[in-house]
Formats: sequence, structure tokens, C-alpha cells
Amino acid sequence: MQLKTKLFDKIYQFKDLKEVLAKANEEKSGDNLAGISASNTAERIAAKVVLSEITLEELYNQPVVPYDEDEVTRIIQDSIDTAAYHQIKNKTVGEFREMVLSLPGSELKNLAAGLTSEMVAATAKLMSNLDLIYGAQKIEVPATCNTTIGKTGTLASRLQPNHPTDDLEGVMASVQEGISYGVGDAVIGLNPVDDSLDNVVRILTSFKDFMNHWRIPTQNCVLAHITTQMKAIEKGAPADLMFQSIAGSQKSNAAFGITVGLLDEGYDLMQRCGSSSGPNRMYFETGQGSELSSEGHHGADQVTMEARCYGLARRYHPFLLNTVVGFIGPEYLYDAKQVIRAGLEDHFMGKLTGIPMGVDACYTNHMKADQNDIENLLVLLTAANCNYFMGIPVADDVMLMYQSTSFHDIATLREITGKQPIQEFAARLEELGILHQGKLTGRAGDPSIFAAC
Amino acid sequence: MTSEDLLPDISRLDLTSRVTVDQPLDLEYCSRLKSKTLARICVGRAGYRYKTETWLRFRADHAVAMDAVWSEVDESLLEPFGFFKVQTLIHNKDEYLTRPDLGRRFAPEVLQRIQSHCLPGPDVQIVVADGLSSPAINENIEDIYPMMLEGFQAKGYRVGTPIFVKFGRVATMDRISEALNAKVTLLLVGERPGLATGESMGCYMAYESSTTKPESQRTVVSNIHKLGTPPVEAGAHLVSLVEILMREKKSGVDLKL
Repeated sequence: MQLKTKLFDKIYQFKDLKEVLAKANEEKSGDNLAGISASNTAERIAAKVVLSEITLEELYNQPVVPYDEDEVTRIIQDSIDTAAYHQIKNKTVGEFREMVLSLPGSELKNLAAGLTSEMVAATAKLMSNLDLIYGAQKIEVPATCNTTIGKTGTLASRLQPNHPTDDLEGVMASVQEGISYGVGDAVIGLNPVDDSLDNVVRILTSFKDFMNHWRIPTQNCVLAHITTQMKAIEKGAPADLMFQSIAGSQKSNAAFGITVGLLDEGYDLMQRCGSSSGPNRMYFETGQGSELSSEGHHGADQVTMEARCYGLARRYHPFLLNTVVGFIGPEYLYDAKQVIRAGLEDHFMGKLTGIPMGVDACYTNHMKADQNDIENLLVLLTAANCNYFMGIPVADDVMLMYQSTSFHDIATLREITGKQPIQEFAARLEELGILHQGKLTGRAGDPSIFAAC
Repeated sequence: MTSEDLLPDISRLDLTSRVTVDQPLDLEYCSRLKSKTLARICVGRAGYRYKTETWLRFRADHAVAMDAVWSEVDESLLEPFGFFKVQTLIHNKDEYLTRPDLGRRFAPEVLQRIQSHCLPGPDVQIVVADGLSSPAINENIEDIYPMMLEGFQAKGYRVGTPIFVKFGRVATMDRISEALNAKVTLLLVGERPGLATGESMGCYMAYESSTTKPESQRTVVSNIHKLGTPPVEAGAHLVSLVEILMREKKSGVDLKL
């Protein structure tokens, strides 16, 4: 393996593949904080040059976290489809980047089963922003729970009706507002303040009752800890999707209070007792920097660690996975430029791994980003055929205290691009008079159309 | 100048009852929904986008939150209380936001200065840090500090020299506690601003606060501001919490409250 190159007559020598991967990243404050980023722009490019000549087999042989130490590595390495792997293992990263850009999406999907997360991340590191958009745009990753997400021509949305005290009427007020804008076809999903069993059961049931009463074909979810959701389901609560935040290493998953064994249990329970028709019944959230923040990054960069989340998620055939791209703060993603890059990287890497990707395009108030930047990222990701975004009243989450994307944003993106909500959901919106021939009607945006509830 | 000479302050408009949907089917129903949540619902639309009022109010609320992060504590407010002022290893706001590791630590000479200028072995050591919102300190400190001081003195506690940490993160309290051998250390810090307020202050306290203990050593009270828990009320609450920490000789998850 060649870890040395010359650029503009200067010699660059890297000590190992992990260092090459880290230094080949576009600049991120999180890699700076970890002390692993390139010391200047020329070194960054030299690392990309070295990475472009590394073979996928070399990446397979050197995962950034050792196989013996980490169950996430073992899951990723052991689940590789050998036939697909043998087709690409002799390619360099540079050659594979060109394959991704040249091949039709259907062929890329066949190769995906042969890729480890390190290969996926390495490819993203050699791509421009438009490469990331174009590469992702070609890959259609549908998934089916009660309805089917991810078909070309659809743009779905999670209705996120968070409330500072989980007040049921307050939560349902935001649900009604969201549906009246045609939002909520991916999932109606609450981040609870109170992770208690009773509360989770209460909210799951309310969502299901609303869906049944108004005959709205979608999925419900309460994003409590997986153990609480499991108890709720065992108690008979209706849960179409099971949620959990996941990370790219065993150590960081421990910080979330999870192991592969626990995820396996949750997955099995959903296959038996989930209230959805399936087969895709899991919902995951990820985000660059979470491994560093829980000191489980093993000296690896945040793009590679993020790709490993998707490698782990693949085991559970999720219906939804969204990266929460700007929530973590400026010490990991400093400004709009870094958030936009990370959003495009994550979306591309997820899709190349075969995951039905959504993005929570968002920011906190101590980052150098604002709503204009997030709207830019939405348009880019819509062009990349992202499966879904978040729908929050005027993008202001009054519980999590950050800003994301709004009901208005979802409706606008559909109008601009001609994309539609998930088919069954759109059909019901037409019946309810919210949509007419795919466009919002005069009734849309008025939650009192549900006054008869 | 009379009120007719200027535009109304859009930040004062009460959103909790305001419905701006054009011709809703049931206005009363919309008002009822509004009364149940702080979420920005029943705002209506201009085509597919926000009405001008909705958009400008959102931007105004974000502006005040961002400015809170980038502003400085008015140190003249701390002077009457005799605060000893120190700074972490951080040099500016930009570095503060990107290097949390440095915002938790002091240079050795700063720790020595703390030891030579501040009362050793206090029962209660009060620390104020700017954190992610300086207005949180500016707006609340004059109300909460005298209240707490009086409360601690009434209980007969030996109260340490109050310390202000510029560019400070929560974990600075562990270093200060260790330097001074404090029993209870209590840190007031500006919280990350949300759109609802940029003036929210948090309080972290620990018994024998230490760099060798996990974060779970800390007992936390958040949301101290005039629209949350008002500072005077919070001050009284904090005094009673410190009393429990002193009595039980523990804090955080070890303390069943």
C-alpha cells in the first residue's frame, strides 16, 4: 500500500490508512477538534491523491476500528456479499468513484452489498458536492412499511409535532397543522420530553387513533429509547416503526445505551408485534460527530464513522434513516458550508450503502448558519432525490430548541420539482380536499378542517 | 416621540393566540389549537411560503438568539459583588465555540491566582460563566446573586469568593472546586439560546466537584429566566438544594431528590 506522494515537489508521507482517510476529508471543525485533520489545503489534496490509489480490498482489510474490538466492524465485515465484493475489490477508490458516476443506479445497487463503510466513505471523500448529488440521485432506494417511500418522483416528510411538555392536545394541534399542508407521509413521529412507558403508549395510541379516524395512510412512531418502545409494544401499544439513534462504533452505541444484541431484540419484536404491514419497520437517526462527542471515534474521522452507522443500519432493513446534520453544534460542523457538505455526504453514503435516506437539515443558534442556508441544502438534497425531510411548524422545534425545515418548505419543494407525497397518502389528501391534482388547495394550511375530530 | 412615530415592536406581538390563516373554516377551533402549544401553527401562507409577518418574526427571534451567543457579559454588573475574574485557555468566541476542551481548562498560573486570591475551603463556592449566552448572565445575575448570598449566610455557610469565568464551560467548576477545596460548588452559566428566549441561565452544582468524577455528579436546574423560573424564585430554590447537598454530602445521580 502506497502512503506517500509528491505534490508540487513536496513529499507527503502518511503513517496509515486511517490518517489518509481523515486528512482527505473536506474541512470539518470536528476533525480539527479531534486533531486528525489535514494541516493545510495542500496536505488535504495530497491525502485525496493517495486515497485515490488505494484499492477497495485494502480498505476492506483495514477497517478504522479493529474487528476484534468492535461489534459494528464485525457486523459490517461479516455481512458483505462475497460475489459483489469480488467484482470491485481490485478497483482503486479513484476508479470506483468513476464507476459510481458512470453506471446506472440499478447496477450500483447490486454492487452496494459488496461495500464496507470504509469504501463508501472513501468514495465520498473524492467527490465534489455535485458528484454527491448526482451519484445519490441515480440510486432509488424504496422501502415499505404501511406505505412505500423512496420511489422516484416522490418527496415524503416526517411530521415532527414536538411539544415542550408532551401535552397531548398541543402535540395533536401540530399534527393537524402538518397534515393540512400534506406533511406526514413518511411518519408522524414525536421526540418525547418524557421517556416513560405510559407517556410513550399514550402518544403512540393518539397518533394511531388520528390515523384511523381520518383514514390517513402513514406510519406512527414515538422516538423514545428503544427499551421503552419495546415495553410499550409488549404492552400492546400500536407502533408502526421502532426508533433508535445509532453510532458507528460499539463504544458510542454504549453511550446511547444500546448494543447489537439489543437492536436485534427490538427488530425481532417489531417483526412479530409491530402494528405495520412491513417488511421495513425500523427508523434510525445518525449524525456526523456523535462518535467523537462520546469518545468512541477510535481516532477516525467523522465522515468514516458516519458511514459505519449506515453499515450497521443495513442489518435491520430500515424504512427510515435520517442524518440529523446540524444538531450537534459548531465544534463538529462549524458553519453553513460544513453543514451543507455533511448533508450531501451523508445522503450519498447512505444511499450507496442501500439505505432509504432522509435528512434533518438543521442548525442550532450557536452555529454560523441560518434558515437561508438550510433552505439551500433542501433544494440540493431534493435534486439528489432524498427520500424525506422534517416538517416542523415554521421550522422552529419548541422542544429540542433548534431550527429545521417546515411544512411550507415541503410543500414548496414539491411544487418546484413536481414531486408528490407517497401515493396512498396523496390520494387521501385529494379526498380530504387538501390537494387537488397534486397542488395545495385553498383549504390547505387550515388545521380547522379537522375540527370534527 | 409618541408611539405613532414608530413601527410596532414585532417581537412583542403575542403569538400564543394569534391566528393568521386566511378565512379558516373554524376560527375558534384554530384559537383553541394555538392555546395548547408554543409551536408556530395557524400561521397561514402566502402561496407556498410564509406570510411576511411569520418570516420576519422568525428571523427576529433567531437574530436575538444568535446575538446572545456572540455578545459579552457586562462585567460592571459583577463588580459590586466582588467577583474575582479569570479566563479559560480560550482567547475569543470563535475558539470558544470550536474548542470545548480548552473552555474547560485554565492555565496553571490562573489556577495559582485563584488559590492566592480566593477564600480557601468554602462551604459554598459560587462560579458564574458566560457559556453560550451572555445576556442570560446580564439579565439574571443582579436578582439571583444577592438572593443566594443572603440565603447561604442565613444558613451559616462559609461562602467563597465569587468567581467569574470568561469563555467558561461547565467543567471549569471541577477545577475551581479542586483548587479551593470547596464543599459545594455552584455554577451559573448562559444556556444555548433557543428562539423562545436568549436569556436562559442554567445552574450546575456538585458536592466536592471533581475532574475525576463523571458528569452525572452534577445536580442541574435549567431554564432560569423571567419567562421560565424567574431568577429570584430560582435563587431561593438553589439555596434549598445546596442545603440538601451539604446535608447528604453527595449530588447528581447519587442524590435521590
